[in-house]
Amino acid sequence: MSETVKNNQEPKYILEVRDLHTTFSTDQGGQVNAVNGVSFALEPGKILGIVGESGSGKSVTAYSIMDILSDNGSITGGQVLYKGEDITQWDQKKMQHFRGKCCSIIFQDPMTSLNPVFTIGNQLMEAILLHTDRNKAEAKARAIEMLQLVGINEPEKRIKQYPYELSGGMRQRVMIAMALACEPDILIADEPTTALDVTIQAQILELMQDLQKKLGMAIIIVTHDLGVIASMCDEIIVMYGGRVCERGTADDIFYNPAHEYTKGLLRSIPSGSRMKERLVPIGGTPINMLDLPAGCAFCPRCDSAMKICLREQPQEIQVGENHYASCWMNIKKAKEGK
Amino acid sequence: MANNEYLVQVEHLKEYFPVRAGFGRTIPLKAVDNVSFSIRPGETLGLVGESGCGKTTVGRTLLQLYKPTGGRIIFDGQVIYDSGEQYDENGRLKVDANGKPILGKKVQADMLPYRKQMQMVFQDPYSSLNPRMTVEDIIGEPLDVHKLCKNKKERRERVMELMELVGLNAEHAMRYPHEFSGGQRQRIGIARALAVNPKFIVCDEPVSALDVSIQAQVVNMFEDLQKKLGVAYLFIAHDLLVVHHISDRIAVMYLGKMMELADADELNDNPIHPYTQSLLSAVPIPDPKTARASQRIVLEGDVPSPLHMPSGCPFRTRCRYATEQCAKEMPPFTDRGNGHFVACWNK
Repeated sequence: MSETVKNNQEPKYILEVRDLHTTFSTDQGGQVNAVNGVSFALEPGKILGIVGESGSGKSVTAYSIMDILSDNGSITGGQVLYKGEDITQWDQKKMQHFRGKCCSIIFQDPMTSLNPVFTIGNQLMEAILLHTDRNKAEAKARAIEMLQLVGINEPEKRIKQYPYELSGGMRQRVMIAMALACEPDILIADEPTTALDVTIQAQILELMQDLQKKLGMAIIIVTHDLGVIASMCDEIIVMYGGRVCERGTADDIFYNPAHEYTKGLLRSIPSGSRMKERLVPIGGTPINMLDLPAGCAFCPRCDSAMKICLREQPQEIQVGENHYASCWMNIKKAKEGK
Repeated sequence: MANNEYLVQVEHLKEYFPVRAGFGRTIPLKAVDNVSFSIRPGETLGLVGESGCGKTTVGRTLLQLYKPTGGRIIFDGQVIYDSGEQYDENGRLKVDANGKPILGKKVQADMLPYRKQMQMVFQDPYSSLNPRMTVEDIIGEPLDVHKLCKNKKERRERVMELMELVGLNAEHAMRYPHEFSGGQRQRIGIARALAVNPKFIVCDEPVSALDVSIQAQVVNMFEDLQKKLGVAYLFIAHDLLVVHHISDRIAVMYLGKMMELADADELNDNPIHPYTQSLLSAVPIPDPKTARASQRIVLEGDVPSPLHMPSGCPFRTRCRYATEQCAKEMPPFTDRGNGHFVACWNK
């Protein structure tokens, strides 16, 4: 993975995250290692899904890329490479340019991520004026064009409206319009449909797929919903306890899961032919990030845990073409195979 | 009328909330309008719909946490609420020459004895437990209210028994809710509902706030408890996969009205109402191959405001098959065979 950048002028990956560590300090003087060595790479024009439970570090990974962590959090190690350049070394001014122009983010809650005291048009134009050298009239035209693109009817009227006048689905469309107004290469969607109803969720997912085809940007979808990633993503990263358990194509993850956590996750949701069968839950309780185990983070809840799982963190090994997993079971199997 | 086949019968239930419209006027918000269904003993009826469709209100009105505006509720053969309104066989309200409804006998039973038999589990395990009470007191409170335990020892024993039943460690009885995780809190809420040995529990989005891996634990527990105790559920949720998994029958609501009700598998394999069809096709399936092959029926626009409900069928503004008739009158809720009820003019 690492050679690609050195050898080629045009890197293969538009975004590469290498061994990212993000830490938050708590009021009690403790430290929460929310992200512990996450690595992945994103090709231009691909849709990547990051899936995990609450507290797995999936959102923090996204925020770390954008450098929008809260004050008590900081990146303590690793690199985030955008077109081969390490953006964790960039200053605030350069990052401001990066956010919006190169990479945009939409958030879970469209109700609170828009400013209630400004009109939709005002907020859309703000982003355009900041990142491009368009004048006000051109920015307004661009805002209207963007609203049209995301399927909002009568955009000339809508830009004069305030967020409270729009429904949840409409607000999420406005958020998407705002994020894409400056034609970024990457769109990060942090639980984009969690707050929406299923029929509206379907509209938004359809819209994101359409826009991806039209504009060709890469998308990172952060979600806990296995259904959403199955229908949207080319590649999937499964996270648990701030670490990547497994990464691979959608088919790898769903039909040939290699990590015990992924297997457990898939068994615990009702689907298809197993609809009326009893669910097989993952035992135990979600991980406490203040008290991470020494070995594999999933080990206390894993049915196939071995002694070594308690003591040592498993290394990531390749289990298939583009399919990687960090589980001692695979390492054991690989050794036995040889 | 009172049919012993069913534990709960709801007929033409209405719940209108007054909304201030300015200048001292109020207009009714029809949160639940003319909803009828019944639940057999030991059965799970799933209730699905988008937010704001009135599914939670149905559950709460059924337990009379809200005072119903109209209709009739029969529990275990006893009429516990009747507004006296009468309906003909087509489901139309009987009115006199002046257009006023003909009223029969009104009934409003004292709910306290019925609360012993009908209980509720709430959505949010974080706000539905009193943070200042220990788990023992939370689970023991219904026992006190209904005076089910003679002394403290008996109460403690019953609480321990309940905690074990829902898979909680009985040693944790003296802890406070904040010391538990979301899944464990939901178990406390379920133990509280079970304390009075109810025959019927309204589960209002009981797994929506939980993580996927914990959801399965709680869903399994609901199923185990039903097998063990024979309790019937009204399972309200918006996650259609979970509802399909747990329910015997499923009811679909849209804007306060019941659109379709059928056996769980029948509803999923053969949805008749256009709304149910699009709702089911919108569910993201956790299987990449099926997801790639399936065609979503994407609905245009948003749910209309319940304050300005469209005339006739409320779904007609987003329906592909809407005709003039749909704008005129709400279609009756009729059986299309094998207990598959649909409210749609489209045959």
